[in-house]
Amino acid sequence: MDKPDKARLDAAFTELYKAHLRDVYSYAYYRVGNHHDAEDLTEQTFLQAYRHFERAQAESDGRPLRPWLIRIAHNLAANLYRDRSRRPQTPLDDTTMLSAMHTTEDLVEGRDELARIIAGIQKLPDERRDALIMRFALGMDNREIARAMGKTDGATKVLLHRAIKQLEGIVTPA
Amino acid sequence: MTPDAGPMEFERMLRMALAPVDPPESLQTRVETTLQELTDAAVDELEGWELSAMRDPRNWVRPAAAAVVGASAGTALVVLRVRQQQRRRAAQSRNPLDLAQRTLRAAAGEARKLARRD
Repeated sequence: MDKPDKARLDAAFTELYKAHLRDVYSYAYYRVGNHHDAEDLTEQTFLQAYRHFERAQAESDGRPLRPWLIRIAHNLAANLYRDRSRRPQTPLDDTTMLSAMHTTEDLVEGRDELARIIAGIQKLPDERRDALIMRFALGMDNREIARAMGKTDGATKVLLHRAIKQLEGIVTPA
Repeated sequence: MTPDAGPMEFERMLRMALAPVDPPESLQTRVETTLQELTDAAVDELEGWELSAMRDPRNWVRPAAAAVVGASAGTALVVLRVRQQQRRRAAQSRNPLDLAQRTLRAAAGEARKLARRD
């Protein structure tokens, strides 16, 4: 690769980084449950992405690279838990975290409900929880989630439906 | 949440519960600095590849690493890894030629590792 190509590649990567830093961090935060690990996971995701960016761009065929980025974060998070053999250290229903993430208006409107939903999400199987994070925290559509999780569109639709139903069952009083 | 709340209402609450989280500024600085260092390292290694320097085996390590993998994003990682291990190889080598050979082998090895992982 000559220098102009390298410069173009670096510029494209910078754009990708700027556009999706918040997405990767949000995914990492809800996935690992604390800011410290979320920062490490986000940094590792972008370093890994930088290493493979040229090939990913060539193979993307013009499709958005967000699912590819989130897939890297998804795999790294799985490795993190495998290595440490533990679940998230900090519960996400912590009061301080709720205040940090939501506006006063949100909290007044339904603090208890939000707290129950956040606690409920942590009880879901990993795959269902990840699908919900991708859909509701990142606003990804079925096709993007399917690419990020290595599933078909149909399987993703079923996964999301079941995740929402299971969470409703956990959150809604009998 | 009441049992009669509709699916739309539940999804609205879910969206609120999983509001996007802004990364701290310190993280942005950290990631950008690391990426910049990697990019600079790759560019420096390639710019420093001059024929005159190639005559001195002590200069073989960087261009050898850069040449093996080309100017891809992996270059920086190969160079950094080979450079990190250079002191140990220097201690083990019998003479400058032996050191140069060990260095070239290490650069090729690192590049192969990267290629296998890509």
